Amino acid sequence: MLKLTEVSKLFHPGTPDEKIALIDVNLHLRPGDFVTVIGSNGAGKSTLMNMISGVIKPDAGEVRLGGVDIGHLPEHRRSKWIGRVFQDPMAGTAPHMTIEENLAMAFSRGKQRGFALGVNAKRRGMFQEQLRRLGIGLENRLRAKVGTLSGGERQALSLLMATFTEPQVLLLDEHTAALDPARAELVTRLTQEIVSELKLTTLMVTHNMEQAIRLGNRLIMMDGGRIILDVDDTKKRDLTMERLLGEFERISGHKLSDDRVMLGS
Amino acid sequence: MLNSLLGALESGLLYALMALGVYITFRILDFPDLTVDGSFTTGGAIAAVMITGGSSPWIATIAAFLGGLAAGAITGLIHTKGRINGLLSGILMMIALYSINMRIMGKPNVGLLGETTLFSSVSPLVFMPIVVIAIKLLLDLFFRTELGLALRATGDNKRMIRSFGANTDYTIILGLSLSNGLVALSGALIAQQSGFADISSGIGMIVIGLASVIIGEAIFGARTVFWATLAAVLGSIVYRVVVALALRIDWLEQTDLKVITAVIVIIALVLPTVQRNMKQKSTARRRAAEIAQTPGQKSVGGGF
Repeated sequence: MLKLTEVSKLFHPGTPDEKIALIDVNLHLRPGDFVTVIGSNGAGKSTLMNMISGVIKPDAGEVRLGGVDIGHLPEHRRSKWIGRVFQDPMAGTAPHMTIEENLAMAFSRGKQRGFALGVNAKRRGMFQEQLRRLGIGLENRLRAKVGTLSGGERQALSLLMATFTEPQVLLLDEHTAALDPARAELVTRLTQEIVSELKLTTLMVTHNMEQAIRLGNRLIMMDGGRIILDVDDTKKRDLTMERLLGEFERISGHKLSDDRVMLGS
Repeated sequence: MLNSLLGALESGLLYALMALGVYITFRILDFPDLTVDGSFTTGGAIAAVMITGGSSPWIATIAAFLGGLAAGAITGLIHTKGRINGLLSGILMMIALYSINMRIMGKPNVGLLGETTLFSSVSPLVFMPIVVIAIKLLLDLFFRTELGLALRATGDNKRMIRSFGANTDYTIILGLSLSNGLVALSGALIAQQSGFADISSGIGMIVIGLASVIIGEAIFGARTVFWATLAAVLGSIVYRVVVALALRIDWLEQTDLKVITAVIVIIALVLPTVQRNMKQKSTARRRAAEIAQTPGQKSVGGGF
């Protein structure tokens, strides 16, 4: 499915600020994999997401999706296959446009955009149907501007927009980190439901260790731009927080340092 | 008095197309595009030269529109492919267009007296309302298409629309092109109505466009695209009425127009901010008082 081979990325190369963002990263997602990603600040988690979505290009190595080398395609061309939810609830939606207009734009993912109406009666019915699955009443507010929604509502909408066209890969970049616990839990539950229903191949960065262990069938841990631990399905089932932290210290030689890491929820 | 008001209505309608163009860049794309000062003249120049050369005024007007499209597209290319700051891209194109417009006209002023123009057989007061309403409605429709939505999202949240597969370089070029096409069209119509094209006719046009858009929004609101485009059109008319009234004041000269326009824009930009701040403060004060009066109750968050 998604395959990264020996991917490296440096920021500010050759200057005193040189920073290793990713170094020799190998990652292979199989169809239907739901992988959680944890790691310290600056471990390269966000760079990994940006690398896959095409915001940044690899300095070395290959990014392949379904056998096609996509490493040098610009972001807007990759988005045909890749859905993404950002950490910032403001980032995934257009605030001055209505809910139905936002959904229409998501619905056009990867298609040639022409002079057909973005929202017509048929699509409106379909959008309503989709919104109903979120269970937060957005289906009755199709013409509300997205900027008037709360952070949790916007993030739930972003999640729906990123997934309802069934992309080949779903990237979740700490998409619950900016929400309060109750709303974060709701968005997490929706994520689980949608991912398992559509069998989406998913990569989810999280600061919440408990969540990283509870969700998905695979867990990877990053440090200093490398993937230092890859826990597969069978081992992940009896993974505990203590063992994970212990494992991290043993491999990396230092404690998991992230002021935002949460041990539970 | 009535005559000057009718005159204001007429020029308001002629300049309304320019205001719609400025609305597209300034409000939809969030791109302050100074190309307008050049492309307005380009429109007048192309139309005047073609009409004096014997072309049909219809063809000349359409050619002017196409000339504007091209000018806007070049500004878009400079900005997106050359990665030059938007404001500077517009200024560069504006300056370049000065020379180009001079080349088109061959001299600083081309007269159209005695030539057959669009307004030879029909008064602008009859012709323009139809044209302006038609273009306004077409724009409204366009902004509801898939492409139009992507264009609006480009100005609202670039990162988001890119993540859904739109090429924002392309939408920016498209928006700038469409905008300057309308501006040039307006320039072509003004040249035909006033009977000449002049190399300096576009100076300060961007500010007049902004004034129209902002005045319109302040008076008529801009809740939806439909209302926002209507506001730009009506704002253009209101602006001309204000100018006509201002010019009736004895000690004001024709040349004072630009400073009046600048002052109008400043007031129209500052007022909403001040109003919003005052409203916010009073709401905060009221809410604080309410919360203080309900003892023992912790602040309650809204629903999900």
